[in-house]
Amino acid sequence: MTLLTLNAMQTNIEQYAVLHDVTLTVPEGGVFVLLGRNGAGKTTTLRSIMGLWRPSPGSVTFRGEDISALHTAEVARKGIAYVPENMGVFGGLTIEENLILATKTGKFDTARLNRIYDLFPALKTFWGKQAWSLSGGQKQMLAVARAIIEPRDLILIDEPTKGLAPSIIDAMADAFREISETTTILLVEQNFHFAKSLGRDMAVIDDGRIAHTGSMADFAADKALQDQLLSLSA
Amino acid sequence: MKNLTQILARMGGVNLLPVAVAAVAFVLIGVPSSWVTLTVAGLAMGMMIFLMASGLSLVFGLMDVLNFGHSAFVSLGAFVAASVLTWLAGWLGADSIFLNVMALFLALTAALIVGLAGGWFFETVIIRPVYKDHLRQILITMGALIVAEQLILAVWGGTPMAVPRPQFLEGAIILGDVSIEIYRIFAFLLGLAVYVALYLTLNRTRIGLLIRAGVENREMVEALGFRIDRLFIGVFMLGSALATLGGAMWAGYETLISPSLGAEMMIVVFIVVIIGGLGSIEGTLLGAIMVGLVGNYVGFLMPKMALASNMILMMAILMWRPSGLRPAVK
Repeated sequence: MTLLTLNAMQTNIEQYAVLHDVTLTVPEGGVFVLLGRNGAGKTTTLRSIMGLWRPSPGSVTFRGEDISALHTAEVARKGIAYVPENMGVFGGLTIEENLILATKTGKFDTARLNRIYDLFPALKTFWGKQAWSLSGGQKQMLAVARAIIEPRDLILIDEPTKGLAPSIIDAMADAFREISETTTILLVEQNFHFAKSLGRDMAVIDDGRIAHTGSMADFAADKALQDQLLSLSA
Repeated sequence: MKNLTQILARMGGVNLLPVAVAAVAFVLIGVPSSWVTLTVAGLAMGMMIFLMASGLSLVFGLMDVLNFGHSAFVSLGAFVAASVLTWLAGWLGADSIFLNVMALFLALTAALIVGLAGGWFFETVIIRPVYKDHLRQILITMGALIVAEQLILAVWGGTPMAVPRPQFLEGAIILGDVSIEIYRIFAFLLGLAVYVALYLTLNRTRIGLLIRAGVENREMVEALGFRIDRLFIGVFMLGSALATLGGAMWAGYETLISPSLGAEMMIVVFIVVIIGGLGSIEGTLLGAIMVGLVGNYVGFLMPKMALASNMILMMAILMWRPSGLRPAVK
């Protein structure tokens, strides 16, 4: 079943056209990976879905409803969470305050909170600490935890492994695997080895256009295609 | 050096600055009674400046708006409160403390209402079209300040206006050689009460959490499902109302006001916001108290340097801490 559709989406930033005619279908369930080189348009795609940049022309359809004209806050209320590349944690707020802000009622669902503690024990340890004092990995954990503190249908995650230690990346992969059992993840990534361990379906964006879509298993097996689209040597 | 920094941080860090300034002033002034009088005057002045500056700090921090028109609300609050107090002069001079308090209450309430309504108008008509454009913000809000000054001139005239004080706030408390004006104590306590209310709102409520988060990252607050533009207008109205309240209190402190009051206070208010750190209520309070104390001490010790003292203070603090004493965003 289709969860999200991007239809002939073009996004301009000031006078520059960054996305050209991006058309993509994200099915419900699992991890959908959007790969691409630096500057290919991956982040712009996620921001356009969230309404942080306005696609014109083109549209974004979520569960059959056109959301491209909605305010970012209304997009979020439809059940879409966003973890930006810079993580977007509020440094002056504690871990508890960061998470409570992401709840609908200002109160935690104990079961969901316990799930977060299981996924990211460090957040429980540093619960009352201000987020600016956390390490990069802990900030990423907090950013992901904030996205799952309420039930969501789709989580957009932008390059979560950037600058993280290998052990943290492994922990993050385990967490994404578990989260994707109940929530669809649209993952933007440059780390192909991380992405292929998680993705079921995938697409490659190049120069603001979708250059390839298919299953991750097929793409992972085709070295020539990887070299052509991502310039991967391994 | 690192150990010294850690020890100072444990003792209160930058919060100790006003204490350090007061201690140095005590040695330089040498006369305890003068020092107490100046310190109380500095604290009272600091609290009134805090009222005027706290709203600007939040607006600056949350909305990234350089609002030079903020001080127009200081003038407006002063003139509205002065008019109400003049109109209720009979109550002010009465022996009844109840009538005295009611007159003051009505004057401050009128100033607050004008601040809220004016803030809504200012944000909707003047600020909203120039979000994200600092140059146009400066030009348009400076223009609005001049227009507001001219409107005040047209309504209240150019002659300085005398501001009557309620009877119960007249006079002074005498403690040995020390004389402390009752109005200054009242101004200090009112400023403190507003600070505590703001602190509790920002730190103990969901709306406060949203404001603090919005100061750091507006986009992310929206991505969590909140319409920050609606929060903007609320904060702007609150900030404007605090400025009118500060102006009303300042009118009673000065007892003679002119339409240029806002423009005169603008520099001080911006200095406080900058040295305190953008978007931080704690920083604004600290900055305001520092400005109040330094202004009074220097005015006594070196009267010719009084005007320059705030600028020197700002430059020194910015060289030491470029983001201010207690910025909201680390």
